[in-house]
Amino acid sequence: MLSSQVNATVDGGLNQDTLRREARRETWKAFALLSPGMAVVCLAILVPIGWLFALSLFDEQGRPSFENYARLVEQRSYIQTFITTFQIAFTVTGVCIVLGYPLAYMLSQLPRRIAQIGLICVLLPFWTSVLVRTYAWLVLLQRRGLVNTWLTDLGIVSQPIAFINNFNGVVIGMTHILLPFLVLPLYASMRSIDKDCLRASLNLGASPIAAFWQVFLPLSIPGLVSGVVMVFVLSLGFYITPALMGGGRVVMWAMRIEQTASLYTNWGAASALGVVLLVTTLIILGLFQWRLGSRAAAAWNAR
Amino acid sequence: MSTLGAALPIRIRGIEKKYGPVTILQRLDLDVAAGEFLTLLGPSGSGKTTLLMILAGFVRPDAGSIKIGGDEIIAAPPHRRNIGMVFQNYALFPHMSVSQNIAFPLRQRRVPAADIVRRVTSALEMVRLNGYGERRINQLSGGQRQRVALARAMVFEPRIVLMDEPLSALDKGLREHMQLELRDLHRSLGMTTIYVTHDQREAITMSDRIAVMNGGAIEQIDRPEALYAHPRTHFVASFIGESSFIPVDIRDGVPWFRDAKLQTTARTSSSGRYLMSVRPEKVRLAAAGGDDGINILAGVMGDVIYQGDSFACSIDIGDGVKLTMRDYCREDTMARLPARGESIRVSIAASDAILVEAG
Ligand SMILES: Nc1ncnc2c1ncn2[C@@H]1O[C@H](COP(=O)(O)OP(=O)(O)O)[C@@H](O)[C@H]1O
Ligand SMILES: [Mg+2]
Repeated sequence: MLSSQVNATVDGGLNQDTLRREARRETWKAFALLSPGMAVVCLAILVPIGWLFALSLFDEQGRPSFENYARLVEQRSYIQTFITTFQIAFTVTGVCIVLGYPLAYMLSQLPRRIAQIGLICVLLPFWTSVLVRTYAWLVLLQRRGLVNTWLTDLGIVSQPIAFINNFNGVVIGMTHILLPFLVLPLYASMRSIDKDCLRASLNLGASPIAAFWQVFLPLSIPGLVSGVVMVFVLSLGFYITPALMGGGRVVMWAMRIEQTASLYTNWGAASALGVVLLVTTLIILGLFQWRLGSRAAAAWNAR
Repeated sequence: MSTLGAALPIRIRGIEKKYGPVTILQRLDLDVAAGEFLTLLGPSGSGKTTLLMILAGFVRPDAGSIKIGGDEIIAAPPHRRNIGMVFQNYALFPHMSVSQNIAFPLRQRRVPAADIVRRVTSALEMVRLNGYGERRINQLSGGQRQRVALARAMVFEPRIVLMDEPLSALDKGLREHMQLELRDLHRSLGMTTIYVTHDQREAITMSDRIAVMNGGAIEQIDRPEALYAHPRTHFVASFIGESSFIPVDIRDGVPWFRDAKLQTTARTSSSGRYLMSVRPEKVRLAAAGGDDGINILAGVMGDVIYQGDSFACSIDIGDGVKLTMRDYCREDTMARLPARGESIRVSIAASDAILVEAG
């Protein structure tokens, strides 16, 4: 019998203390395994952010003040930058959805092997640097660039279109770079949709169009949400592409940070800008998570 | 839910399906009577799902005709076929509640909202899930999901219902319970049903008729008891129930196993090599000594496998041929059981000796 080895405890539970001790030890072990990773996270992320935050609370003379934040609200140019940044982020995200959803849908319906080739094509641009790709767009889209030459030669337009050095240019360049971030998670979630679910909807009398709207689209939302969040958040912090494609006329938040830091060497003000961008991003992520993320995660992972 | 309108017969002719060079279905013919419960029974890979998918319109065959109540539907798109289908993994919509799932086919048919509510409620009642309408699919157990799938496939009163191994994901007790429930449901609603399974017990329990499929063709189609009593091929005899096979030579219409002359009530051709198929429960121990009786075979007793309600033992009758004998565990049968290695004689009634083609 086991009872010979068992230590009955005060509250009578069989081996209760031993089991509890084991559970505690396991928790500590897991914690010990995690600690190197957590140390890196601390050093590489939390400490710099804390420092950034601290810097933003001192003025140029090194006195503690809210001057850096006050300026952001008072000066019109900062507010304008803030608005531009969000306008661009929203537009880029919108264009990415319009282009990316059909693309991901098509890839998800193709046989796996062909889809894989398509995905490689989607990823191909990743292998060249953002700088190179942005300059390539400049060459293509400038006043006497390839696209404008064609359009005028074919007689489609009489005057060259201003593709670059403006809002449009920034959106074109950023969309090109960010599209894969939307397509990849979307494709993955579309692939994981149960084919039998779609068959069932047809079998139950839904036309192919109804099946798409009522079954496929809702089931692809989780992938769409993660793609949208990624694109949106990345576009908020974009620097090189808007700097080049905007021709200095479109000023985004990150460019403002760079100006403040390197041109005016005002670290406090630059830090404040950084903190505002970070907080805004976190709030948006939180909103997404609250409105869509949690619901999607809970309700749609039924399988 | 009301009884379905007139159930319709299905007439399947010459269905052929190839994937590349591989033939999946070969010129398959099948008739299902109106209101019949027909089971496609066959091992995995025999083409059962493919046939159902062709009926539902998800797989295009290379040739063939499917008529439902006289209407050719071979070219109709899936959503116009009006055939209810229960999928193996249920294929419920995870983003909808139970009620929304069941209402789905009604919404597609633009049924008025009040009617939808009424019919969903009675469908839930039919599968005994009253009060579960607002649950989400991931809050249901396997058996409950199964019932929702069933309700969803029947709520729009389809003329035909197809089910692809709908119970295979359930555990044994629940599966047997659902078998009876499905059968009762079919009896009360009376829709023409094609049911797919690879479980011969399930097929025998539920079906009006069973079509045994093997390698993309129907080997035999009959009522369960006829199929069990008179299998025509080696495959059917071994797939439905257990069988032992004795190779026999037929000379002048009489089957011989080695130098033993056997008798059978089965019709025999005048010559050739056949297999005599014998069910384990039909094999009897014969009294020692004496040459009386028919189909007496001498053998050596092998291992006895105890299985609770019954026992099975294998008997070596020479030439490497083994017969399985099965009987209930009763005091008298157990007491008379010979020891392992003992020489014994067994008998088989002429009516229990079935001849099948040597495959
Ligand atoms: N899309 C397909 N492409 C190629 N072969 C297939 C395809 N679908 C099914 N098969 C083959 O067809 C045969 C029958 O499959 P299936 O109808 O699913 O059998 P069952 O349902 O009886 O197990 C199998 O050998 C399977 O490999
Ligand atoms: Mg199958």
